Amino acid sequence: MKRKDLLGLDGVSREEITEILDNAMTMRQIVRSSNKKTAHLQGKSIVTLFYENSTRTRMSFELASKYMSAAAANISASASSVAKGETLIDTGVTLDQMGTDVIIIRHPMSGAPALLAKHVRSSVINAGDGMNEHPTQALLDMMTMRDHLGSLDGIKVAICGDVMHSRVARSNIYGLTTMGANVVLCAPPTLIPPRIEELGCTVAPTIEDACEGADVVMGLRIQRERQQKGLFPSVAEYCDNWEITPERVALAKKHALVMHPGPMNRGVEIASSAADSAQSVINQQVESGVAVRMALLYMLTRREA
Amino acid sequence: MLNSMLIRGGRVIDPANGIDKIADILVENGKVAAIGENLSAENVQVIEAGGKVVAPGFIDMHCHLRDPGQEYKEDLISGTKAAARGGFTGVCCMPNTKPVNDNASVTRYILEKAQLQGSGVHVYPVGAISKGLEGKEMAEIGRMKQAGIVAISDDGKPVTNSNLLRLAMQYADYFNVFIMSHSEDKNLVGDGVMNEGFISTKLGLPGITRAAEEVMIARDILVAEAEGKRIHLCHVSTKGGVQLVREAKRRGVRVTAETAPHYIGATDEWVIGYDSNCRVNPPLREEEDRQACIAGLVDGTLDVIATDHAPHHQDEKKVEFHIAASGISGFETAFCISNTKLVKDGHMTLSQLIEKMSATPAKLLGVEGGSLSVGSAADIVVLDPDREVTVDANRFVSRGHNTPFHGKSYFGAVCMTIVGGRVIDHE
Repeated sequence: MKRKDLLGLDGVSREEITEILDNAMTMRQIVRSSNKKTAHLQGKSIVTLFYENSTRTRMSFELASKYMSAAAANISASASSVAKGETLIDTGVTLDQMGTDVIIIRHPMSGAPALLAKHVRSSVINAGDGMNEHPTQALLDMMTMRDHLGSLDGIKVAICGDVMHSRVARSNIYGLTTMGANVVLCAPPTLIPPRIEELGCTVAPTIEDACEGADVVMGLRIQRERQQKGLFPSVAEYCDNWEITPERVALAKKHALVMHPGPMNRGVEIASSAADSAQSVINQQVESGVAVRMALLYMLTRREA
Repeated sequence: MLNSMLIRGGRVIDPANGIDKIADILVENGKVAAIGENLSAENVQVIEAGGKVVAPGFIDMHCHLRDPGQEYKEDLISGTKAAARGGFTGVCCMPNTKPVNDNASVTRYILEKAQLQGSGVHVYPVGAISKGLEGKEMAEIGRMKQAGIVAISDDGKPVTNSNLLRLAMQYADYFNVFIMSHSEDKNLVGDGVMNEGFISTKLGLPGITRAAEEVMIARDILVAEAEGKRIHLCHVSTKGGVQLVREAKRRGVRVTAETAPHYIGATDEWVIGYDSNCRVNPPLREEEDRQACIAGLVDGTLDVIATDHAPHHQDEKKVEFHIAASGISGFETAFCISNTKLVKDGHMTLSQLIEKMSATPAKLLGVEGGSLSVGSAADIVVLDPDREVTVDANRFVSRGHNTPFHGKSYFGAVCMTIVGGRVIDHE
């Protein structure tokens, strides 16, 4: 891998994505083995710098680092410190001086990882920035899909939920379209960003249209505050029209996968009966997450060698 | 003789008098004494302007000089020096200072400091419409007028209460003061930080719909139309906004409007990469809006080019796009961008551009300058419109180095700025 940072999947080639996913399959063996310790990252220092709450993503990166023997540390900065505390650039330069090899950043504002990457020597991995991108989530999604479906070429992926505010959606649109998949979005019109089709996906008129013949039905988290902000009138009406239910999943292909990046709002964007069904690979997504992050950390830290 | 000079051999462009010819200009006692061929005078400074353009100095209807209160961004000294560097001989400074210019004592402070410590550029303060820019009670417009304001505006904050706008229009007219409106619906802006469109979707930045600007432009026009009063619309940036003004003018509404160099020189695609120097309000729009602003300037819908010079400290820009201050330091790039995008690109003549930057703003404001008529103040700019210049923000005279144009090349250098027959800036 030649790149210093992974800020998003926009502009990442098919070859690069394939290489990451291939390496992740190898790494998954380590996650599954009884002795989860390798020397891949021995002597490397990895810091997670999170300006937003996160359990699974941060833990996933931390375990990925530790399974490969890196020195791993975490910084949790509150969102309020973004505006009031030390500047992002100063924090980044400070971490650089402490010998950090990789900074993994999550930040409520789009573009923050790009700003950081411009000012530090360390590699920067974007673990989610505002509404922009969350590339490792999309990579783990693609890894899971490829594992079950064999290939991403030509598959239909329906993404339903809060597309507007979703960095997961954007990274998946970039990654999946690069890999030859067809991405179909579905959400209330107030949660579809303008001209999103120009990114290479389509917007389905109804969730039934989105699910029809799909290989993957993926839900996105609906935050309750979106309703308070007036983007849709009630959870009940949302569910009537856009919830992922077994009936809607039944419109998809027989082997179709049900996915969700988590944390789920059961009974809002996805019914428990769909989330817990035999078609659901939501738990496997979590495992893929550790594997993908191991692969990425390994590839980024050996780029100089 | 004091404040006298002979500017020799330049191409004199004076749109107010329909002049565009090679001529000499004789300045005596700070005033234009004669324009003609082979003028001569004894014991006066001679300025050779062969190959250059000599024009009335630019007048900027819209800038932020940050003084009093935010002198770390800019003050009346650095701001008037930067204006002079940009070829301006007069500038209108907006009232969103700390404290707000909503009373005569702040107005007097600005005028006195500019007079005593400024570069010589005329400073024309714009007073607030409402006390504290709060949009509640009218400011003391009469007293501020007496102290020297030329217009009123709550720039940066729209007047949300339409009745306050209506009353201010009626009241201010008595004092021969007009309103410069910052037209923006804050509810439609929401948490937006850039133009809403494909680029905002791609970058995941919250967008601002054009309707946020257009709804208020329409409101402002309708209130002015109902009252039969004047209204000037600040920084028009959208295709729809230009069209609203065009239609209003056709109906005979007393509306005038400005746009800024960055709306004809940049688009929202510049935000790719999250450069916070591209954060400005209204936001950089799309190519069709840029073209519409140019068309509006060409057909007279948009009367003037104003900089909206908004200097900020680098600390306020070297942060995440969301929390970066809005604004562009505009004095020192106004001419080269406008000249390149309007004249060099073939949309208008240099004389027409000078009219937009000088004669028309002087006329709208009712201030001196804007022409080279014999007997008028010798407020003059000497330009080299064909010279290629590369913008270097680090060499700005302004304290604000915030510009998205850094490193880009344009045509048009400002060689010299003269106010009242005195050279206040030269290369």
